[in-house]
Amino acid sequence: MDQDYIKSNVLTTTLESAINWGRKHSLWPMPFGTACCGIEFMAVLASRTDLARFGAEAIRFSPRQSDLLIVAGRISIKMMPVLIRIYEQMPEPKWVISMGACASSGGVFDTYSVIQGIDRFIPVDVYVPGCPPRPEGVVDGLMKLQKKVGKEKLSDYTTSNTS
Amino acid sequence: MPLAKTFSFIKDKFPESVYDVTESSGEQIFHIRSEVVRDVLEIFKEKGFNFLADITAIDNLTLGGFERYAVVYHLLSHDSLERVTVKAYVAEDKPSIPSVEKLWKTADWQEREIYDLFGITFDGHPNMVRIMNPDDFTGHPLRKDYPRLGNKERDDYPVIKPAFKRK
Repeated sequence: MDQDYIKSNVLTTTLESAINWGRKHSLWPMPFGTACCGIEFMAVLASRTDLARFGAEAIRFSPRQSDLLIVAGRISIKMMPVLIRIYEQMPEPKWVISMGACASSGGVFDTYSVIQGIDRFIPVDVYVPGCPPRPEGVVDGLMKLQKKVGKEKLSDYTTSNTS
Repeated sequence: MPLAKTFSFIKDKFPESVYDVTESSGEQIFHIRSEVVRDVLEIFKEKGFNFLADITAIDNLTLGGFERYAVVYHLLSHDSLERVTVKAYVAEDKPSIPSVEKLWKTADWQEREIYDLFGITFDGHPNMVRIMNPDDFTGHPLRKDYPRLGNKERDDYPVIKPAFKRK
């Protein structure tokens, strides 16, 4: 076969970057909306800031079908076991976006009944500040997560330390 | 004036248990001991106050009063459209009061809420457990000596570690 034909039709890459490319452009979010951030997240999916442009339009309300948990809103002490259960139900690989001040730090709800940041109990990849964040902020957070997913190494994955 | 008549009737029946009768914003407030609250409210119900509008509680730690806690009953008569407030004072060392769940079914959840937030137990209540906070929650948050900051949240949930190393 002639050399120019191969150059213009064959692409070489690593398996790692090919897998990461597929993962980061097809995130399936699971919204965990408990407050006004959940309302704002609906605007993220609507026409003006269309999350489908970033491959994350397939919203699933089942944790078993999704790989991105978006925690939008304050988490009370009674809701935290539910959130932990939902996080554990999601299959690997999975990522978490903490959307808004309440999910990230408790926000203005500095009381006994509100968890002061979900990262005390579950790992968080991207924090989106704001009360609630603008839809552009959530899109920026998703793009930051895509960059992070693109840099992941397959050798980092292990199922040994899931305690 | 049937309300004044009811007041004097109760005063004659329980002379040691009535602290005071005051008025605030045109509404009569009847201050009593907590032991007789079920009998007093039963009399009020027989005299036409058929509707228990609300039960709430007050912590008198900074306010001062006859006792530390006051359980407040708001009654309404649908016939005469009169309202009356009954304040039953509960001692700090033994915070318990007779339940009125047998008189008004609506007292069930409201007494559970007061138990949850103030720690006042209601004797004779069929299901005296917390209504909003988790069952293994400790403390009663609406007490004035509950720290606003301090033991503010639980930390006994499992901490989930990521299944792979994060960069």
